[in-house]
Amino acid sequence: MTVHGFLDDFSKFAADHGRNPEWLLPVRRAAIERFGERGFPTTRDEDWHFTSAARIADAEFVSLAAGGGDVRAADLEPFTFGATDWTQLVFVNGRYTPELSAVGALPAGVRVASLADALREGVPAVRERLTSLAALDHGAFVALNTALFVDGGFVHVPANVVVERPIHLLFVADADGASGAAHPRTLIIADRHARATIVESYVAVGDPMYFMNPVTEVVLADGAHVTHLRVQRESERAYHVGTTQAHQGRDSKYSSFSFATGAALSRTNIYTVLAGPGGEVTLNGLYMADGTQHVDHQTRIEHVAPNCTSHEVYKGVLDDAAHGVFNGKVYVHPEAQKTDGKQTNNNLLLSPDAHIDTKPQLEIFADDVKCTHGATVGQLDENALFYLRSRGLGADDAKTLLTYAFAADVVQRIDEPAVRDALETLARERFVGAMPAGVG
Amino acid sequence: MSTAIETLVNRDYQYGFVTDVEADTLPRGLNEETVRAISAKKREPAFLLEWRLKAYRRWLTMKEPHWSNVTYPPIDYQSISYYSAPKSTKPLGSLDDVDPELLRTYEKLGISLTEQKRISGVAVDAIFDSVSVGTTMKAELGELGIIFCSFGEAVQEHPELVRKYLGSVVPYSDNFFAALNAAVFSDGSFCYIPKGVKCPMELSTYFRINSADTGQFERTLIIADEGASVSYLEGCTAPRRDTNQLHAAVVELVALDHASIKYSTVQNWYAGDANGKGGIYNFVTKRGKAAGVRSKISWTQVETGSAITWKYPSVILQGDYSTGEFYSVAVVNNHQQADTGTKMIHIGRDTKSTIISKGISAGHGNNSYRGQVKVLRKAEGARNYTQCDSMLIGNQCGAHTFPYIEVDNNSSVVEHEASTSKIGEDQIFYCKQRGLSAEHAISLIVSGFCKEVFQNLPMEFALEAQQLLGITLEGSVG
Repeated sequence: MTVHGFLDDFSKFAADHGRNPEWLLPVRRAAIERFGERGFPTTRDEDWHFTSAARIADAEFVSLAAGGGDVRAADLEPFTFGATDWTQLVFVNGRYTPELSAVGALPAGVRVASLADALREGVPAVRERLTSLAALDHGAFVALNTALFVDGGFVHVPANVVVERPIHLLFVADADGASGAAHPRTLIIADRHARATIVESYVAVGDPMYFMNPVTEVVLADGAHVTHLRVQRESERAYHVGTTQAHQGRDSKYSSFSFATGAALSRTNIYTVLAGPGGEVTLNGLYMADGTQHVDHQTRIEHVAPNCTSHEVYKGVLDDAAHGVFNGKVYVHPEAQKTDGKQTNNNLLLSPDAHIDTKPQLEIFADDVKCTHGATVGQLDENALFYLRSRGLGADDAKTLLTYAFAADVVQRIDEPAVRDALETLARERFVGAMPAGVG
Repeated sequence: MSTAIETLVNRDYQYGFVTDVEADTLPRGLNEETVRAISAKKREPAFLLEWRLKAYRRWLTMKEPHWSNVTYPPIDYQSISYYSAPKSTKPLGSLDDVDPELLRTYEKLGISLTEQKRISGVAVDAIFDSVSVGTTMKAELGELGIIFCSFGEAVQEHPELVRKYLGSVVPYSDNFFAALNAAVFSDGSFCYIPKGVKCPMELSTYFRINSADTGQFERTLIIADEGASVSYLEGCTAPRRDTNQLHAAVVELVALDHASIKYSTVQNWYAGDANGKGGIYNFVTKRGKAAGVRSKISWTQVETGSAITWKYPSVILQGDYSTGEFYSVAVVNNHQQADTGTKMIHIGRDTKSTIISKGISAGHGNNSYRGQVKVLRKAEGARNYTQCDSMLIGNQCGAHTFPYIEVDNNSSVVEHEASTSKIGEDQIFYCKQRGLSAEHAISLIVSGFCKEVFQNLPMEFALEAQQLLGITLEGSVG
């Protein structure tokens, strides 16, 4: 949709006061003004140098503000990690669908709801935190989301509460959402010493073309632990631009994993700010693409406070004419002494037409730090292939096994077993079909 | 310890003197007339004037780039004088005719043009402000067919070579500063090594900015014909002045089949005072084309001077099996800024490149490594290894790494590693415990940190570089 299309959407949307709490309207207005001024990013913007948003900017999308859709529980089975006792909120074409959702047994005080409901009820934490992290300077897509979001997830874990089972926010698109644009907004708040695991999935039933533009804000108070697993399995005709912004208090721990394998064009931004001393962050991820898919990840870890640790491992497997992009930034402020930062990006190119642009980046203004980064691009190790073949595996099987091993290395870092197993299976099936007998 | 570092860092710039020679300087300002005047002063053939004018017209349409990680006040291109030459009434027949004042300058700088011949076996071309004042060892080189002279001389005597290669690696339209250089360049060095000749001595150019308010825009062109090889050194100094001076040079290297060129730079332009006042803006375009099969281009640089350094010596790996290397040490102290790195463009098959970059930041300095490794679709079997390490001394400085890795085929292997750390307290402690002063310890640790680069420098340069490093960092550890 063109810039004007979205601006029109907003004027209709703003007229519909029922959905807008009074306090939110000025924020939305500021966002749409910013978007109107700047428009979509172009490849002249440093952050979008290798990914062209033109296909999104030029396409005609209709607003999906009203939701709807025809998804049945059985359709969701492949996407639920075989879990039956998780709290799971399902959003069809951007709107909360209670019939498909289930709120399991949650400890007292934990709130899991659709954002639209939480806004309607006037939950104070929403008012206090929503749009506080992903602000206007995050670029056009966050501005667009801020202006136009209608629904999404809201999770609030109060102080000292541990939520044992993962909470799954499942965003699904189907044929009714074809040619639509959705801007889901999610807010996750973990109060002091709270713990929770959130799984955020973007999937499709069928093969529709649509534009998904989610923004998720994660607030970690002092000592909070949040594991945040993001699974992007959009339709292969879809466009996906997702942003996660976390903010970490003292001694908090944020573990993020981003798995991206769907969409014609996807861009995933994962940003965190280590604002209190002793914070820890782990950003891991795996992207796998083939055909003419374009998959882009941008991460930014901002060390504001001293004595924080960040670890990052992203791996990519690219086949056919797929194009992968990775940009990882580690920014160390002058006060952030004793920072320990490690960043790695490894890419495996399986075909002569596959293409990768990687740009790990360090910006360091403190002296007493230990920061490293590394990036590699290559193909399967010939010696390893030879070794496997000398043990009697066929050439294809040997390749399969090594590709799987490359990808599994990072997937195994996921703490949640159900998600880890499901993603391992996906990684295995994505490129190579079934594993050779007796392997895997 | 902090005082030790302070003294270390704050040692004076010993090349900051001004030589009092009469100079023939063009008035400030730039227009087509300036370009014509420079060309006329150098009695250039028509093709060169045409080329300069094309470059000038192109420059007018270009905008000064600002993407680098450096900040500086806007440059007024009309307040610079684009040509300054030591005034001499008669044409120079030999070194004996050179103004003795000039020769003394070079002696102060440690390059004695006359001594040079006898002892070190290094041929030197010295550029004072805008013009070359003398080239040593010319006769000896001539016997082998090697042409080593000032650019101006090459234009007069070998116009066909100049015409063939000038702009073939860095076209006048390449970037803002390259276009400016192409329009107004005054002199520089020219070197041609004929087929199969291994140059028996190091060739060297010494650049010196003397006059105030002048910019130095020299142009160096080195061609190694099939099977030839040469090692080339470049050194730079400038007097200490309160104003910033612009240095926008262009260096082009061409290596044909089986040829190799090694280009080493020790850049020590005046860096400004401790408060960041004055100093040279060193905005340079350096690029080599490894055009032939199995050709090799190697850049080694030690960047200690300049208020701002902004340069990326690059290699276009066009020939199959060609090799590109980049070894760099960049040191910033006080308010210096450096945004430097390299580009390795892999075009031919089985091309290899190695990048080793060491950045040291002290004081309020900001040091950025910015590098691009680009592997094109046809560059099958390309290989790159990059390592960039940064060391931070003090808590007011910054170190940044911006590597761009773009790979377009799946038979290539590209590796990039980077690290940033503080100078090791336990290492300093260890050295001090063995009886070394803090200053010595730092100097030792820093030399060790840069060793991989220094060992690629020719010997005399390696010694100079190590001393320079010591001087630049003097007093910076706390």
